[in-house]
Amino acid sequence: MATGDSEAAPTTQPAIGVDEWVASHDARRDRGVGPVGTAQRAVDRVPKLGWYVAFTLAAAMVPLVTSNGYIIRVGFDTLIYMLLALGLNIVVGFAGLLDLGYVAFFGFGAYGYAMLSSSQFHQRWPTVSVLILVTLATAALGFIVALPSRRLIGDYLAIVTLFFGQLFVTVTNNGDRITILGFTRGYNITNGPNGIADVAPFSIFGHQLETLESYYYVALIFFLVVLSAVYLVNNSRTGRSWRSIREDSLAAELMGMPVNRLKLYAFAFGAGVAGLTGTLFASLNTAVFSSDFDTPTLITVYAILILGGAGSLGGVILGALVVNVTLEVLRTPNHATWIFFTLILATLIAKLRPWWVLGAVIVSTFVLGLVVNAVVTAINAEWASGHGAVRGELGRWLDRFLPIPPDPMKVGNWAFIALVAGVLALTVVRTLWRNLLLPVVLYLAIYAWDARLAFEPSITRLIMIGVILIVLMNARPQGLLGETRVEIV
Amino acid sequence: MNWNLFVSELVAGTVHGCVYALIALGYSMVYGILKLLNFAHGDVYMVGSFIGFGILTVFGGATALSIPIWLLLVIMFAAAMLGGGLLGVGIERFAYRRLRDAPRIAPLITALGVSFFLENAALLIVGAEYQSFNSFSWNPNSSGVGQLWAIGITLPGNVRLSLAQMIVIAGTVVLMLALTYFVGRTQLGRAMRAVSFDRQAADMMGIDVNRVIAVTFFVGSALAGAAAIFNGIVYQQVWAYMGFQAGLKGFTAAVIGGIGNLPGAVLGGLLLGLAESFTQGYVSTTFSDAMVFVILIAVMIFRPNGLIGKPALAKV
Repeated sequence: MATGDSEAAPTTQPAIGVDEWVASHDARRDRGVGPVGTAQRAVDRVPKLGWYVAFTLAAAMVPLVTSNGYIIRVGFDTLIYMLLALGLNIVVGFAGLLDLGYVAFFGFGAYGYAMLSSSQFHQRWPTVSVLILVTLATAALGFIVALPSRRLIGDYLAIVTLFFGQLFVTVTNNGDRITILGFTRGYNITNGPNGIADVAPFSIFGHQLETLESYYYVALIFFLVVLSAVYLVNNSRTGRSWRSIREDSLAAELMGMPVNRLKLYAFAFGAGVAGLTGTLFASLNTAVFSSDFDTPTLITVYAILILGGAGSLGGVILGALVVNVTLEVLRTPNHATWIFFTLILATLIAKLRPWWVLGAVIVSTFVLGLVVNAVVTAINAEWASGHGAVRGELGRWLDRFLPIPPDPMKVGNWAFIALVAGVLALTVVRTLWRNLLLPVVLYLAIYAWDARLAFEPSITRLIMIGVILIVLMNARPQGLLGETRVEIV
Repeated sequence: MNWNLFVSELVAGTVHGCVYALIALGYSMVYGILKLLNFAHGDVYMVGSFIGFGILTVFGGATALSIPIWLLLVIMFAAAMLGGGLLGVGIERFAYRRLRDAPRIAPLITALGVSFFLENAALLIVGAEYQSFNSFSWNPNSSGVGQLWAIGITLPGNVRLSLAQMIVIAGTVVLMLALTYFVGRTQLGRAMRAVSFDRQAADMMGIDVNRVIAVTFFVGSALAGAAAIFNGIVYQQVWAYMGFQAGLKGFTAAVIGGIGNLPGAVLGGLLLGLAESFTQGYVSTTFSDAMVFVILIAVMIFRPNGLIGKPALAKV
């Protein structure tokens, strides 16, 4: 049919898959279709600088429009994540090096500031000099850590940095009795698992930073400064060399670039940014603990970077906003439930065509729920007498579909395992089977959520970060704002 | 010289090294064939531990076993190796296969994601508490000291080598011999080496690359499952986050020996176990990790391809 059309009217679109269709792919993608395409073009017309200005203005407005401390605190944390992701973007996104000890540099900066501005060693250095000193020291540390993995082959660097990150946590956690090879008495350097408390606030040009709002603005200024620095470096000779190393380090070396040195610079630059961020983090929290610099933080920063798109500066902003705000919302089970259901529904609407398939899937999920609930209740009413984690109107409504036993933990666990298996099965089966399987998986998802996942919001958050990484890497490795990389074979 | 301390650290280091070596083998096999650091491997080991613990619970728990110890061990090994192997194959199929020709960093980050997912899914399902194999009380007939630890021989320096420790050492040797035979002498092992050497050429020669990679993941992950049971009967404790540390040690061992090189992985594992236990015995218990890191850095500086690895030729 498609060939008939193209013969009759050669000016219309070529048949899918023929050479002309492939050749015109870029133009078609750029043009976009329907309202999405129109919106896309409108968005593209705004110059990049405009977006940054708009973001800055919006971010600066936050403390003015709300006096809610919680919201400002979330904003501050988001800015911290943005700064961290900016630094990591240099290492991973620009230079293409996998740095798995990144949060250790963040921690090093935090501990560095804490030691020089607290009662731990009875030091109170001027803030500005501490900032400069700590940033430079962290950058130097990054340089030293990367140095031994001689040619900085990706995998070796990953191992050394991962081990370094783990070692940092171990050392700071046991740092209250450090001995030199067991011969001397134990020195208390980091105060062990209790962390360093009563860290002094920033004091810039004689003004002590006391309020959350002032910290928020300082974080914003830090972010803008680092963003500009990264932007300038990225468009400089060094930035161009980094990208060429990422794409093909052998070719870069043959073009006369000092590949090893450039990689070390990228690594040190990223570490320096993390160190600077650490000082800010330590001074607002007025305390540092080794557990803040462990793997979950690392994975979260990676999720932000990957979601936004490695190598994209705007993506860092978007990724940090999406990930951190989502994680905050996930703290309350009822809000999380709404996000969860909206996300599922949005995915279904985007993926299922035509509309009646979508309708059939949703209706059959409801029917399946009613049937399962009726059957279970008929066998033993005791098994359906419990309540899920979701409360309120929605919870009562869900109870009609989900036979939840009084102790939902065990069944919820099995539902979760079955859900994972079901989702994996969905990725391999063909359309018809997929549509038949979908209602079951949807039902399992709702069941696992109500019976288990929503009971443990803190673990669910972490599971979701893992899922984000896996799914994004498989489905859209360039992230939200990153550019598709063309692989030359 | 204090023989007691020396020999007991030697025994402890060898036993721990056997566990590391088995984990390192899995890393090395996967790296050899896909050039991928499979960060999720440590978590396969964790899942294997919980499979073993589940079997123990099914048969009455440590203090009230309903079957003989040897049968329990056989079932545990079979279940953990099979379960671990299948999990490994599943991870490869669903998370890594599509990324086989993607830029190097993409599968690495996916592997991190898989590891994080498995850890936290385990946390959700089994909880955050430490569980114990408690093999000291394994005795189906009466309570008291279990047979695994009651039987044993006495080494010079008055150090006891118990049956549990002997099982670990002997089991590791058997598994390694079997692996050597498998990789060196069988059709599938030869196919594995061919794919590792040049995947495209192997494909053109009619080797089913997907199947060979799946088998590699199965064997490597099954070894991690065996390591998990060894760890359980000697060191008792299992918990949801144990995979991360074990994985870190496992691939450090693989790198020290020469990543992608199977005898190297074993050598690296033993060396790591001995270095750790001698550091704990003679220097400080808390900083054995630091000692391992120093060794890793030293190997990277002086022998970047590992102790018995060959220099890699960069193909253009």
